[in-house]
Formats: sequence, C-alpha cells, structure tokens
Amino acid sequence: MEPCVTVADAFTPHTFVDAFSFIHDNASFLFQKTGEHLELSFAALGIALLLALPLGLWLGHRHRGLFLAVSVSSLGRALPSVVLIAFGLTILGVGFWNNTAALVVLAVPPILTNAYFAIDGVDPDVVEAARGMGLSERQILLQIELPLGLPLMIAGIRIAAIFVIATATIAAIAGGGGLGEVIVNQASYGLAGVVGASLCVSALALLAALLLSLTLRALTRRPGPVP
Amino acid sequence: MSFLVGAGPVIPNFGKGSACERSNGWFCTDWLHAHWGDTLQPALVQHLWLSAVAVGIGFAIAFVLALVGFRRRPFDAGIGALADFLYTIPSLALFQLLVPFTGLTVTTVEIALVSYTLLVLYRNMVEGLRGVPADVLEAARGMGMTRAQTFRRVELPLALPAILAGLRIATVSTISVATVAAFVIPKGLGEPIFIALDQNLFKTEILAAGGLAVALALAADGLLVLGQRAATPWSRA
Repeated sequence: MEPCVTVADAFTPHTFVDAFSFIHDNASFLFQKTGEHLELSFAALGIALLLALPLGLWLGHRHRGLFLAVSVSSLGRALPSVVLIAFGLTILGVGFWNNTAALVVLAVPPILTNAYFAIDGVDPDVVEAARGMGLSERQILLQIELPLGLPLMIAGIRIAAIFVIATATIAAIAGGGGLGEVIVNQASYGLAGVVGASLCVSALALLAALLLSLTLRALTRRPGPVP
Repeated sequence: MSFLVGAGPVIPNFGKGSACERSNGWFCTDWLHAHWGDTLQPALVQHLWLSAVAVGIGFAIAFVLALVGFRRRPFDAGIGALADFLYTIPSLALFQLLVPFTGLTVTTVEIALVSYTLLVLYRNMVEGLRGVPADVLEAARGMGMTRAQTFRRVELPLALPAILAGLRIATVSTISVATVAAFVIPKGLGEPIFIALDQNLFKTEILAAGGLAVALALAADGLLVLGQRAATPWSRA
C-alpha cells in the first residue's frame, strides 16, 4: 500500500511553522473535524461507561469476578486498535457504528477493571461499620464505597478517554471522519495539514486527561453529599 | 479515504486465487498456505523486532532514569510528568509529528514506541525500589554492606516483581501499538492489514494478521509470566 506520508514533502522542523499556519488558515474546517472526532469519542465512551461501570461496581461490591476483571484488562491491552477497527470493518461494514463498536471494546477494559478494583479495595472494616449502622447494600455502594474508590475509578475512565480519542484517529481508515481523516490523507492536505491535525489530536487528548484530573480533584476535595 | 475509494469491486489476485479468495470468504485456508511465507511470516518477524528493540531501549532508558529518580524526589516529579505527557499523545499523531525530524524511517517508529514504554516501566521501577522496607535497608547497613552492594543484593531483587510486572504491560502494549507503525513504514503486522483494507477488505488477510498480532501479544505475556515466576520464586503475584 501507499504510505500515508509520501517522501515528496521535505522533512524539516520548518514543517511545524507550516502546520501552525495550516491550523490558523483552516480553523473552521479543523473545528468541524474536531466536532466529528468528539462526537465519535463521546458516543463510544458513553456506551462503554453504561456497560462497564455498573458491572464493575457491582462485581467489586460483591467481591466476585476477580478472574473476569484481570483477564478483561490483559486482553484489552493485547488487542491492537488497528486490528479492532479492521475486524469491525469486516464484520459491521463501513460507518459510524463500526467505529463506535471498536472504540467501545477498547474503552471497556480499563473502566471495568479499575471500577472493580476501586470498590473491591475499600477497607472491609469501613464497609462492616456501615452495615452495622444499618445502611442498605445500595447505600453502602453509593455512599461509602463509591466515594472512597473514586480516584481509582476516575483513573480508569481517564485511561479509557485517552485511548478512545487516540484511536478515533485510526477510525478514519474506516471512513470514520474526524481529525484522523486529515492525518491519513496527506495527498489532499500536505504534510503541514497532517502535522497540524496531529497537533490538534494531541491537544484534545491532553485536554481530556487534564479535565478528568481536575474533576477528580474537585470531587475529592470535600466529602461526598450527606443524605 | 483513499484506500477505500481507490479499491474497485475486485479482490486481490484478480481471478488468480481460489473460489474462496474471489468471493472474499471469511477465512480462506488456501490463501493462508500460499502467502504465509511471503506475507505473514516476514510481517510477524518484523513486528517482533520492532517491539523487542523498542522494549529493550525503553527498559534501558527507564532504568537509568529510575536510578536517578528514586533517590531524588523533584527529579522524579519532573520525569513522571514528562512520561505522562508523552503517553497521552495519540500514537498515530506522535508518529506523524516525528516525521518532520526523522523521516519515514524505522527510527521514527522506534522513538514513538520507546516513549510509550517509558511511563509504565519507569513508574514500576521507582515504585518497586521505593517499596523496599526501611528495616530491611537498616539490616543491610548493619551487616556492613556498601550502598552499591545494598542496591545490587537487596533493593534490586526486592523490586524485581514490580519491575517485571511493568515489563509485561510495556511489552504487550508495545506489540499492540506497533501495528500502527505501518502508517509510516511498510513493516510489521499492520502492513498486511492495511493492504487488505486497501484491497476491498480482504477478510482472510485481516483476520490472519490481526489474529497473529493478538496471539503474539498474548504469547509474549505468557512467556513473561513464566520468566517472572522463575526469576522471583519467592513471590506468587
């Protein structure tokens, strides 16, 4: 296959200057691509959260499914994103849902495993005390274990968010749109465009990581809401 | 995207292949027999090399950094933040961002792959070395060991389980990320996948190369677990 970057462009650090002027000149176009990128990422992350978070919390609360949590996380690491997208393409065909499905599969393991270990690792004495005070299992999970396990749980969501934003780039090979479409199409956008879009994706990933770190800090500064 | 638009309604080998290949069946074993030698096996070997070199260099760099970082806290905070930052940059973007400096070469790929291994290797090394109990160090000093002896014979062996756990994670994720390398250089198991995507989604090649990548990662993980058990018979982690 043709490499996505061709040798036609000269490789000089000057390309970065060109990349910034590309971003400046095509701001509205890149804005639209960023929108597509975020739409895909949010859809995948949302579905993964809905699937993995309740399951992880429940398994952690019951202290069951250690094997599942561990094997899901090591399997998740072993699945290359390119392979997932390509498998998705062969099974589901080209389109938004193929990419979303592949991204969901990538996002589930870190969320599930971290949620499990976050709740499973809460001090059993604290849980016992809460049970002694007459709290229901639901109350224990939501008011005791969840606030205590929050840092680890959010760390998992943070990893998943970075994964998803990074891999949504690769989704462009499956007609997914987003910033990856610029990155894999040097023929149309030139090396400056490729590097410019790469800078945008990196900024997006860093921003998401920062946002989740700030969320965690805000949530853990005060004790949780008192019922 | 050019790969998909460019591909016509025909599949590879244009009529030369078996019936299964021409109808793009799910898994054509005859294609596998015919192209193991010229496509899959070289890609597998290249993939293995790309990953092994990256993990080797990453391990060496992380080890030197950890030697400095575990004694000096401010240095540690700086290295940690840098490694965290590098890890956050999407792989495809990092490959492309390096191209202006190092071109379409193996070097570009290796620099990116090495940066991804650094975070987990460095973190685990520093955590492992710091986790050595203070009274054990006290006992070593009481026995008259020098600082170098203490490091080699007490701290390093005790940190080994954490270091090897980091090595496992780094190896598996490097094997996984190395498939993206085919965007820059035509090497590794990503290459047959991209060729198949280009040729109207030739399923057999996608499934075979993808399956090989996953199998390689799982096999490497399994081997490292065995190595971990052999190297640290006292711990069952």
